[in-house]
Amino acid sequence: MRRPQPLPIRITHWVNVPVLAVMAMSGLQILRAYPYFGPQGERWEWVPLQGWMTPDWMRAGQWLAGARHLHFLFAWIFVVNALVYLAYLIWSREYRRRLFWPPRDTRPMFAQLAYYLRIRKQAPPVDLYNSLQRQAYTVALVLAVLEVLSGFAMWKPVQLSWLAAMFGGYDGARVVHFLALIGLALFVVAHVIMVLLHPRSLVEMVTGGKPR
Amino acid sequence: MRRRDMLIAMGLAACNTRRPKQGVLGASERVNETIESFLLHDVDPSPRGVTPEMAYPSYHVAPAVPLQPADWVLEVNGLVGKPLRLSLDDLKKLPITTTRIHHYCVEGWSAVAEWTGVRVSELAKLAGAKDTDYVEFRSFDAPSDEARGYWSSWDRESAMHGHTLLAFGMNGKPLAPAYGAPLRLFGAVKLGYKNVKYLTEVNFLDRRTGGYWEDKGYEWFAGV
Repeated sequence: MRRPQPLPIRITHWVNVPVLAVMAMSGLQILRAYPYFGPQGERWEWVPLQGWMTPDWMRAGQWLAGARHLHFLFAWIFVVNALVYLAYLIWSREYRRRLFWPPRDTRPMFAQLAYYLRIRKQAPPVDLYNSLQRQAYTVALVLAVLEVLSGFAMWKPVQLSWLAAMFGGYDGARVVHFLALIGLALFVVAHVIMVLLHPRSLVEMVTGGKPR
Repeated sequence: MRRRDMLIAMGLAACNTRRPKQGVLGASERVNETIESFLLHDVDPSPRGVTPEMAYPSYHVAPAVPLQPADWVLEVNGLVGKPLRLSLDDLKKLPITTTRIHHYCVEGWSAVAEWTGVRVSELAKLAGAKDTDYVEFRSFDAPSDEARGYWSSWDRESAMHGHTLLAFGMNGKPLAPAYGAPLRLFGAVKLGYKNVKYLTEVNFLDRRTGGYWEDKGYEWFAGV
């Protein structure tokens, strides 16, 4: 018997809400200082949204130095919160019912997709989450890890040059950092829509829900 | 403070992004400085090919490109055995280093150039500088005639780094006025704004003296 959302999951989940908002908004303020990609003299035209002057409501930190300070403070809060979450996920073995495991989840994931697209009448069996959900949450975790690693690579492209090299250097890390942000933003939109369609999941993320 | 920023500050002590050196943001910067100096080591930057000169940005704070005064010398002062006044020819008699360095601008762009000059550590040796914690670099690039020139101060370890040069050559040519002629600082371990152009003074100090952008709120350590 286990609650759908144990306390450590709920706490780390709700800490992420303001932290991710500040990270994204201060990040977009920082981007505004140079909204282009690729080194000077060889702009990478394939990266989308170049020259985008992020609107006021999307930004935090007011100016470049303020946004950098905000970003670097909240980055540590995000990292500590993420480490607590990951440690709990492993220790409690919660990962088994939360993360996407291809041999188990691949087929039911497509079945779930077919159900959502009204191709299939019957929803595939669900325990805590359905397989499509596990896939979405796992991709979000991977994107978060990419954000942290590419962020460190941009912060210290010389001292952590081995890390920057994994992303093709500083400018590559900047592209990954930006594209992963778009990915996370799309995830959040889909996540909020699904929660609105299934309000019980919101209640469970607040109260923990009834042990099943 | 606007309402949105008030909301952001909620749950934290003062998080005023107009004054990022104070409160929680300032404390966070000081924690990050400790991490940054821990990460600092003698690294070979080894970047790719140099950026075409047309595409290499050049910034200054004066209304027009600052030009070298006729009586230009580099002064070396502070806690030194013997203060120095060096001409460009004097500097060129010291051991010369050429190194290719990535320029990382705080704005988010990067560029590469090959710099030729004298290591700050060679200058320290010549002047008999004490093991001071800080090295300050001053410039004749000033926003107005009354204002004092651009400057920055560095931690000793970064200033003495093997890839921190007082450069008089760029990409095999003499340094052009747009890039800081006659002499500029260029190091592999700092963001662009720490690399003072149009140098006039190098001071070995036992206290931190901030900098032009640093005093406006940008990070002081600004390692890369």
